[in-house]
Amino acid sequence: MSAVLSLEGAALGFGDRTLWNGLNLDIAPGEFIAVLGPNGSGKTSMLKTVLGQQPLDSGSIRFACGPVRRGDRRIGYIPQQKLIGPGTPLRGRDLLTLGVNGHRFGLPFTRRAEREHVDALLEAVGATRYGNEPVGNLSGGEQQRLRVGQALAGDPLLLLCDEPLLSLDLQHQRGVSELIDRRRREHNTAVLFVTHDVNPILGMVDRILYLAGGQFRIGTPDEVLQSAVLTELYGTPVECIRIGGRVIVVGDPDAEAHHHHAGELPA
Amino acid sequence: MSLALIRLAEGDAGDLWSRMFDFSDYGALLGLVSNSIIAAAVLGIVGGLVGVFVMQRDMAFAVHGISELSFAGAAAALLFGVNVVAGSVAGALIAALVIGVLGAKARDRNSIVGVLMPFGLGLGILFLALYPGRSANKFGLLTGQIVSVDDPQLGWLIGMSLVVLIGMLLIWRPLSFDSLDSDVAAARGVPTRFLSFAFMLLLGLIVAVSVQIIGALLVLALLVTPAAAAMRVSSSPLLVPVLSVLFGLTAAVGGILLAIGGSLPISPYITTISFAIYVGCRLIAWGRGRRRVVPGYAGS
Repeated sequence: MSAVLSLEGAALGFGDRTLWNGLNLDIAPGEFIAVLGPNGSGKTSMLKTVLGQQPLDSGSIRFACGPVRRGDRRIGYIPQQKLIGPGTPLRGRDLLTLGVNGHRFGLPFTRRAEREHVDALLEAVGATRYGNEPVGNLSGGEQQRLRVGQALAGDPLLLLCDEPLLSLDLQHQRGVSELIDRRRREHNTAVLFVTHDVNPILGMVDRILYLAGGQFRIGTPDEVLQSAVLTELYGTPVECIRIGGRVIVVGDPDAEAHHHHAGELPA
Repeated sequence: MSLALIRLAEGDAGDLWSRMFDFSDYGALLGLVSNSIIAAAVLGIVGGLVGVFVMQRDMAFAVHGISELSFAGAAAALLFGVNVVAGSVAGALIAALVIGVLGAKARDRNSIVGVLMPFGLGLGILFLALYPGRSANKFGLLTGQIVSVDDPQLGWLIGMSLVVLIGMLLIWRPLSFDSLDSDVAAARGVPTRFLSFAFMLLLGLIVAVSVQIIGALLVLALLVTPAAAAMRVSSSPLLVPVLSVLFGLTAAVGGILLAIGGSLPISPYITTISFAIYVGCRLIAWGRGRRRVVPGYAGS
C-alpha cells in the first residue's frame, strides 16, 4: 500500500536557522508516528507544512499521492487544548457539527443526515453523555474528546495532533490517546503526533521522529530513545533512562529550560 | 414652609414625569415616527445578530472605536454639506478596515482601537465646532437623532441593515467556526482571513446605521448588550441569537415608543431598557446557579 504522507529531501528553516534538512519520511496507512523534540525544533512547522500553510524550502511533500493543499478535508487536525470559556454559545455536539459542516457558507441549517453523523461521532468518542451540555462547562479532557470527534468528522486518512494531551490530567491523557489509537487500528488512519512527552503514547507508537538542533533521527522507540543516539543528536551528553515502562531523558539542555516544573524531563 | 417645599417637590416631580413620559396625542405622534420605528426595529434585529459575534470575537472595544470614526465621518459630512449617512458609512468602513488590517490579533486590536478612538472623536468635535448650523444636529450624532432623520435617509439605513442581515446569515456557520477556533477552521478549509474582513465590513455598516439611530456614544447598547444578556441565560447556538434579536428589538422599539411622548432624546430609553434586560438575565442566571448548587450539596 502506498504511503499516506511522503516527505522527500524536505528542508525548512527560518533565516539562517535550519529546522530540518534532507528529511525522508513515508507514513503508511495506520502507522502511528510521534514527533518529539524541544521547543523551536520545528515540530509545529512540520504540521503547518502538511496542512499546506507553510511551503518547504526544498524537497517535496505529497499527501495521498497528490500535493498538499490548504483545507484538505482528508486530514483531521487536533490542536493543543485551549480551554473554551464559559458563556460560549455552543453545546458539546455543536463542536462536532462545525467539524461536519462548519466550512460551508450559506444559511446555517443542519441536515438530518448531518445530525445523525454527529450522533455517531459523539458515540465514537464517548461524549454522548455531555453532548447537550454547554461546551464552556466541560472539563479540558471532555473538550479534547470533542475535538478528536471534530477531527474525525471528515473521515480522515491522516490525523495531525499538535500536543493534544497538553495540560490534561493522567486519566484524560490516557482516554484521549486511546481514542486516537483505536481510530487508527479500526480505520487504518495514519497518525502524526507532536508531543513533548512520549510516555502517554509510548505503547502505541510505531516510529519516532526526533527533531533537535537542526538534525533528526527516525526509528522505532527502541532505536531512537537511547543515550548514544540522543547524545549525538543534541551534541551534548544526554542520558536516556527507562524505568517501569517510562522513558526519562536527563540532561537535554533545551528540555530542561521548559520542563523545570514537570519533575522529570520527558522524552 | 415645609408644606411649600413638599408642593414644590411634587410640582417638580410631576413636571419631570411629563417630560419623560407623556402619552397625550400618542396616535398622531406614532404616525409621524412610524418610519423611524421600522428603522429602529430592523437595527434591533440585525444588531442582536451581529452582537453574538462581537461577543464571541471579543470585539466590543473595536465596535466603540468604529463608532467614533463613524461619528467623525458624519460630522465631516455635516460640515461639508454632503449626505450625513454616507459620511457615517465612510468613516465606519475606513475604521473597520484599518482595525481589520492592523489588528488581526486581539491584543494588537485593542491598542489600535485605543489609538484610533480619541483621534476620531477629536476630529468629529472639530468638525462640529466648525459647523455653523443648529446645535441640536450636532449632539444628535453623539447621542442619537433618529426622529430627525428624513425618509430617504431612513430608507438607506433600512437597506444597509438588510444587507448586513443577509451577509451575516450567509457567513454564519464558517464565522462561528472561525470565532471558536481559527486554527482548526483554517485546517478545515475555512477562509479565515476573508471571513474576518467580511465581518469587519458588515460590522462597519451596522455601526454606521447605529450611529444615526442611537448615537456614536451609545452604539454598544444595541450591538453588545443584547447578545451579552442572551449569553447569560443560554448556550444554545440557536437560542442565543434568537434571544439577542428579541432583546435588541425590545430595546430599540420600546425605547422609541416610550420616548415619543416626552421631550427628551430617545437614546436613554433604549439604553435603559437594554440594560434592564441584561440585569434581568444576570439575575435569572444567578438564580439558576443557586438552584443547581443546592441539590449538589444535598446529595453529597
